[in-house]
Amino acid sequence: MQRRFPNKVLPYLLVSPSIVVVIIFLVIPTIQSLYMSFFRVSPFGDRLIFVKLYNFTKLFKSTDYVHSLLITLVFAAAVVALGITIGLLISVVLNQRLKGLNYYRTLFIWTYAISPAVAGTIWALMFDPSSGPIVYIIKTLFNVKLNWMMNGNLALVIVIIAASWKMLGYNIIFFLAGLQTIPEELLEAASIDGASSVRKFFKITLPLLSPTTFFLLIMNMLYAFFQVFGLIDIMTKGGPGNATEVLVYKLYRDGFINLDTGFASAQSVVLFVFVAILTALQFKYAERRVFYG
Amino acid sequence: MKTKKSKIVLTYIFLSIMLVVIIFPVYYAFTMSTFNSKEAYSFPPRFLPSTHIWENYKTAWTTVNMGRLIFNSSFISVTVALAKIGLSIMAAFAFTYFGEFKGKFFFFTTILITHMLPLPIRIVPTYDLMRSFGWINTYYALTIPFFASATGTLLFRQLFLTVPPSLSDAARIDGAGPMRFLVNVLIPLSKTNIGALFLIEFTYMWNVYLWPMIITNSNNMRVVQIGIKMLLASEAQAADWNIIMAGTILAMLPPLLVLLIFQKTIMEGFSLKEEK
Repeated sequence: MQRRFPNKVLPYLLVSPSIVVVIIFLVIPTIQSLYMSFFRVSPFGDRLIFVKLYNFTKLFKSTDYVHSLLITLVFAAAVVALGITIGLLISVVLNQRLKGLNYYRTLFIWTYAISPAVAGTIWALMFDPSSGPIVYIIKTLFNVKLNWMMNGNLALVIVIIAASWKMLGYNIIFFLAGLQTIPEELLEAASIDGASSVRKFFKITLPLLSPTTFFLLIMNMLYAFFQVFGLIDIMTKGGPGNATEVLVYKLYRDGFINLDTGFASAQSVVLFVFVAILTALQFKYAERRVFYG
Repeated sequence: MKTKKSKIVLTYIFLSIMLVVIIFPVYYAFTMSTFNSKEAYSFPPRFLPSTHIWENYKTAWTTVNMGRLIFNSSFISVTVALAKIGLSIMAAFAFTYFGEFKGKFFFFTTILITHMLPLPIRIVPTYDLMRSFGWINTYYALTIPFFASATGTLLFRQLFLTVPPSLSDAARIDGAGPMRFLVNVLIPLSKTNIGALFLIEFTYMWNVYLWPMIITNSNNMRVVQIGIKMLLASEAQAADWNIIMAGTILAMLPPLLVLLIFQKTIMEGFSLKEEK
């Protein structure tokens, strides 16, 4: 038996809306990005000059860009590490069969619905140099006055906290779903054999959960690279100095404020390489699964 | 399995601490939205709500024309979510119920590739394209480029593959055409997935920031996320934290509401995804 309707035209009609949208708004502009990265706009803005790899050499010679690249890597690594470890910890504890935990679950996943811009605004309030509650607590406890508008490293730390806080809900949703698939008999058998909770976690839960963890690793990475523009724009605008100028923010600045199209396009191409690597990893090591983006 | 009492106590202590860490920022944001401007900047900060809630929300609402922004955000989020659901159901149906047709693999890959092309990768040319279409400051620019969904197509494809072939055979024998089968049989079977996808895509569109920021510049076409930015740096002078937070709370409520409504669905939807 086969699920099959004998119709030669209908399948084309059905896929065409999606295909048209993808080609016009995604594929063609991407190709143009690639193309533009080999050109420079003439001083009068009236024609394109072919400059070979000039934009790319300029990119990697620019200390600003290399700095932005490093900042982004630090930022992404920290957001991924924080979001995944804390999310996993909370999920494992939440997944126990205890009375009332069901109600608790809702309370942990709602940050999923918060936007990066909202997260940024709220954390900017928490760390407001003159009246923020966390600044106040730190001052009372350690007599240190935090001012992230003056301190680049501190600004980076705070941006990282805000970004991973926002992703916790998402991570917990997926970890909880992943934990449900682990057969309970396995954990019970281990308990009967006298395995401690910690041992069970490292020997059973963690390995069986690895597809979920890997999936979240990629998704958090993509988030840290591409979805944090609003958070940065609201909180720091890349500052102080350029301490929090991640790649997407720099790209926006060069493309839309400095109007350096060729240079911005070269940056787009570098970002594309990152996505390509992440996607390749995803397809190679994870089973094909649905993900959100 | 018996669980020790001390373990239960520890569980609740741990969860409560984490809960405070997760919820406190939003609690404080809400508290801030009830202060007057003097209370807002008191140091040490106040941690209990005050009584100025109504006037702050009113000020935030009128300062950035919040009614219009909420309408715009709602309109584009609902439109995009529904369009993505519709288009991906159609595509998934084409990929599962018509055997092999010429170009199937190419079409499938093309839709999947959406994942590899986030906005920053194509931002300048897409902007130029909108300009040449005359789509700056229009709902077209805010919705149509988002209509395709790889997530949705994969999600519905997986679901349709688990539907017993006997159903479509029966439909065919009864003389029902493919579109009737889709509408009367497959779509009702997809309720959970539709709910989950609606939540995902509504939230995604509500929270989009960079695209609306570059593609709109008239106050009538702005969206809620940009409204926060406008409150933070309104032309005259920066608004006070209490006003900004009133606006921020307004901006975060609609997706939270949708999350609450679809909460059960999303848990089911996501665990369903994990199995395959």
